[in-house]
Amino acid sequence: MRNRFPLWKNLMVAAVLILGIIYALPNFFGEDPSVQLSAVRAAKVDDRLKVQVQSLLDAAGLKAKAVEMADKRMLVRFGDTDSQLKASDILNERLGDAYTVALNLAPSTPSWLRAFGAKPMYLGLDLRGGVHFLLQVDMDAAVKQAEDRYAEDARSLLRENKIRYQSVEKQNGVIQVRLPDSNTLSQAQVLLKRELRGLQIDVKGSENLIEGRLSEVERREIKRFAVAQNITTLRNRVNELGVAEPVIQQQGEDRIVVQLPGVQDTARAKEILGATATLEFRLVDNEHPVPAEGEKAPLGSHLYRDRQNRPVLLERKIIVTGDQVVDAASGIDQQSGAPAVYVTLNSVGAKKMGDITRENVGRAMAVVYIENKSETKEVGGQKVTTKKKVEEVINIATIRDRFSKRFQITGLDSTEEARNLALLLRAGALAAPVDIVEERTVGPSMGKENIDRGIKSNGYGFVAIAVFMILYYRAFGVFSVLALGANVLLLVAVLSLLQATLTLPGLAGIALTVGMAIDANVLINERIREELRAGSTPHAAIHAGYERAFSTILDSNVTTFVAGIALFLLGAGPVRGFALVLCIGILTSMFSAVLVSRALVNFTYGRQRKLVKIAV
Amino acid sequence: MEFFKIKRDIPFMRYGKLTTTISLVTFILAVLALGFKGLNLGIDFTGGILMEVSYPQTADLEAIRKTLEEERITEAAVQNFGTSRDVLIRLPLREDTGAKQSDEIFSALKAQNRAAELKRVEFVGPQVGKEMYESGGLALMLVAAGIMAYLAMRFAWRFAVAAMIANMHDIVIILGMFAFFEWEFTLSVLAGVLAILGYSVNESVVVFDRVRENFRKMRKAAVTEVIDNAITATMSRTIITHSMTQLMVLAMFFFGGDALHNFALALTIGIVFGIYSSVLVACPVVLALGVSRADLLLPEKEGLVDNRP
Repeated sequence: MRNRFPLWKNLMVAAVLILGIIYALPNFFGEDPSVQLSAVRAAKVDDRLKVQVQSLLDAAGLKAKAVEMADKRMLVRFGDTDSQLKASDILNERLGDAYTVALNLAPSTPSWLRAFGAKPMYLGLDLRGGVHFLLQVDMDAAVKQAEDRYAEDARSLLRENKIRYQSVEKQNGVIQVRLPDSNTLSQAQVLLKRELRGLQIDVKGSENLIEGRLSEVERREIKRFAVAQNITTLRNRVNELGVAEPVIQQQGEDRIVVQLPGVQDTARAKEILGATATLEFRLVDNEHPVPAEGEKAPLGSHLYRDRQNRPVLLERKIIVTGDQVVDAASGIDQQSGAPAVYVTLNSVGAKKMGDITRENVGRAMAVVYIENKSETKEVGGQKVTTKKKVEEVINIATIRDRFSKRFQITGLDSTEEARNLALLLRAGALAAPVDIVEERTVGPSMGKENIDRGIKSNGYGFVAIAVFMILYYRAFGVFSVLALGANVLLLVAVLSLLQATLTLPGLAGIALTVGMAIDANVLINERIREELRAGSTPHAAIHAGYERAFSTILDSNVTTFVAGIALFLLGAGPVRGFALVLCIGILTSMFSAVLVSRALVNFTYGRQRKLVKIAV
Repeated sequence: MEFFKIKRDIPFMRYGKLTTTISLVTFILAVLALGFKGLNLGIDFTGGILMEVSYPQTADLEAIRKTLEEERITEAAVQNFGTSRDVLIRLPLREDTGAKQSDEIFSALKAQNRAAELKRVEFVGPQVGKEMYESGGLALMLVAAGIMAYLAMRFAWRFAVAAMIANMHDIVIILGMFAFFEWEFTLSVLAGVLAILGYSVNESVVVFDRVRENFRKMRKAAVTEVIDNAITATMSRTIITHSMTQLMVLAMFFFGGDALHNFALALTIGIVFGIYSSVLVACPVVLALGVSRADLLLPEKEGLVDNRP
């Protein structure tokens, strides 16, 4: 008997290793200092921008390594940080309003590798510096606002339909409508049931009382909405910070994770995340001409700018504010098929809107977005906070008819635009308050230190193991070390392929996996020695060693795997990273210990028909 | 090279009473330490603010304390961390403590000494800390349950129970040591403890596997002989594997920096006690539970076919 793999098995091992090299390789190429451009709302990232950027850079005598477009973003790579910073200043100055300009470190994976879809692992904040915020959305506030709205709606519905009522009150989250008699009770019941579908209506006939509670579905919907809105609002604000590759994600039912790599001014980040924004509806002033530069706006009007920075003259009088917007959804206009936004106002807003639009059919109405921001700057060691108000016309539409409680805004460029406007309207109306419940900041120097230390400890540990294994098991020690190397390679390749985020606990996970992976090799080598001692021939000993060790390896690894899965499912951020590495490491170590090392053994000894001695 | 050329089986089981007593004593001591001192929980679990500030020269701790007092922060713990230039500031969570406080503190420190550099800030709210504590405990139980289920399926319930007792023994001792020496128990230490849970079972499984194999092979031997032989046969592998893992963990301990320090410490204790418990706790317990050949001699085909050439 001889130890030989069939051809397909050898080819498979070789193929896996080659794929491993391809996908692990991007991690060793380092990064290019780059400038990232992303469009603010209406602006587009296209070839025209590319030409514009090129000419701006040429004019400044800067040479970009590459200009790439991907994912609605443009990436301009440079050879050194010096030109990166210069370019960032120039681009910010020239394109700043329409684009967010951010400094970035882009992986410098060569294009032939990128053609395979190979990308390096993404470094976690603890390895490159930055801030991590966990924000809690105040759901109670969101639900309470919704209840207030429903109470208000119930009142105005009864009034509009001329149903007499004694009182509409809200008590402990229950909306109580008290009516004078059973006749009005049944009328009110029918009306409220039809109009307020989010409420679960109970009738107490004996007391002439209708009780409404938010239905479970509605409650869930309110919460889901509050989080979705806040995420959109936060995304817009983070864009203002000019952060490359921010992460804004929902976590659990009511929390939002915001990760800002590279951010050092955490005070400013907190201010921007916590800023408030509102909306206003105003009529366009068409009696006066738009004043020229430096000229004052006529009395009763105010000069605004739209997103393309064009001047727009609006009446000073506000029709309604965003606080009065109850709901907004995007959709398609039934008649024209154009994108539209459906807005619902509360009763006070609806009355005002109705009155004004009736008198102004044919005129244009604008939606103004207002954000109050505070900016902190360091002046001579002291932090000075200045309040800044940003006002911007985001939409102008013509009034075609009298608006009621529900109306639609058309005249939008695209469905995406409609969706954004709807979100902004909603966000302006009831972005539920958020609290920072967790903050983790890692300075950039600490991030570098963490990487160095993590890699160093991995390297030293690996070398120590390699030396011992080779001394102790000789040829089989060499096979084991090569298999261990293959394990690390495959582990890194799989993590890169999954685009996992590498963190410090992840690096610890790699180290621990390497330490544990050697177990499989030790089990095999010890088995082979044992078989030899028992008098087996070398070939038989190798064969039996691998065969018998396998079931032990399987059992012991499955138990660790179970632990890893539980860690992954229950762990928070950093623990999860560790668990992921542990689980993948177990899989790759089984492959490399069982197949890669066996392939090496077979390759070395398998050809010799009469094998007298093996070095183990 | 070969370190372990053991000719005759070592009668581990004869020392059963002694080793059980030793484990019981350490176990009780660990429980006492946990009960009286409790874990020194890090802010991951308690909530609070932790700031690491670094200075180009030796940091003046007194000046820092004074600055904090001027900011009316009285409960802060200020200490050196790693080097004399690095300072760690800890604040317990109070009613009005928010994420913004760290900014105020750092501005004050910067005003006092312009060279101060903020290396990291961790703020964890009370709710988040509590949740982590709970999910950590849940993870521990789930891992234990999962492992027991697998062992019961793959071996026999007696092995599952024994492995779990040995495992819990390790975990309690790690926790006890952290309580006794007042080492900080952080999220990464918890990860280490959970990893040990998997790792230590791994150890027991290797021995059990051998026990099962021996039951099939050594038809006439007594149960204690079977176990002794299994432990002796895997001895060399046990020592080598653990030394290798320990080498890696030591590299983390010495070169991994502060962040990995306590994590490596937890792993080290886990590895040392993992060896001990898999051999000297798990096996006596299996024996005490009355394991017999019948437990493992299932009518499996692989049990009967010896594919030895």
